[in-house]
Amino acid sequence: MTHSTWIYIILMILTTNFIRIIPLTLIRSEIKNRFIVSFLYYVPYVTLAVMTFPAITEATDSPLAGLIALFSGIIAAWMGLSLFPVSVLCCLIVFILELFI
Amino acid sequence: MENRIALKKGLRDGIPIALGYFAVAFSLGFMAKKCSLSPIQGFIGSFFTRASAGEYGVYTLVLQDAGYLSVVAMSLITNLRYLLMSTALSQKFSKNTSLFKRILTGCCVTDEIFGISIAYPGYLNPYYTYGAFLISTPMWALGTTMGIIAGSVLPARIVSALSVALYGMFIAIIIPPSKKNKAVLIAVASSFILSYVARNSETVKKLQLSSGTVTILLTIFISALAALIKPIDNTPKNDNEENRKEQK
Repeated sequence: MTHSTWIYIILMILTTNFIRIIPLTLIRSEIKNRFIVSFLYYVPYVTLAVMTFPAITEATDSPLAGLIALFSGIIAAWMGLSLFPVSVLCCLIVFILELFI
Repeated sequence: MENRIALKKGLRDGIPIALGYFAVAFSLGFMAKKCSLSPIQGFIGSFFTRASAGEYGVYTLVLQDAGYLSVVAMSLITNLRYLLMSTALSQKFSKNTSLFKRILTGCCVTDEIFGISIAYPGYLNPYYTYGAFLISTPMWALGTTMGIIAGSVLPARIVSALSVALYGMFIAIIIPPSKKNKAVLIAVASSFILSYVARNSETVKKLQLSSGTVTILLTIFISALAALIKPIDNTPKNDNEENRKEQK
């Protein structure tokens, strides 16, 4: 470790809250630029997708269990299950599969 | 008096948020543990940041011993949506809301708290947002700490299973809009594919890019491409409605 974990945390706190405060204090009118609005719209989904796969297959002891949990989660969410049930389902699937794998 | 009523209402509406936070933060704690954060670091980090994807991203950077600049970049990118939310929220304030209240309310913004604040009838009373913040934030921080502690106590098999909880949440956030909007679906599918390609790319290995840096670069690239190919019409409003529905 050459970097301090505390400095990481402080930078995270400052940056995250900076983003939250800036628009509320400075921007008093709506963003009109179509590209920027569109870009901001896609960002959360793209980030989460990039961070989910293939990381989910590396988080579990068995990569296959992680992959199956991913697909099950996608199907469950597609069928309308909300955050918490989808999350629990993914955990259960990994737990059960790893009993056998 | 009016402020006290708003505060109480916020505290009440914040209860289900607080329960959900505890569960998600618990699995975030597992990740934080893997990235060698101490329980107190997890508590402080979560209490003042309150951003699941953002914290997760930064903690992976801690593990990789990445540069400080990439922490700032990661926080900016993973939390860009807060920029949009705060912008939308700025329209909810009455003109004479003080700067101090604006700053304080800004700090309270999370997906869920934004969702209920934007749904507040008429101008937003900041005390409503404070109420939801006050009840949910301690649970978020406590959940993280408990996750970090439990991560070293629970059997490996259970830790492995619980590690996917956070990803389960991510999936549940990205799938419903993908179902409704084909452009989002394609963007999400491309993200999966390109993320996988980047992970196994020799070039990425040669350049010694951390997975955090890859996340930032891919996010900017894919989102910009999607915005160019398929710009959207009136997003902030769509986002608000989705958040509101999730709340109910």
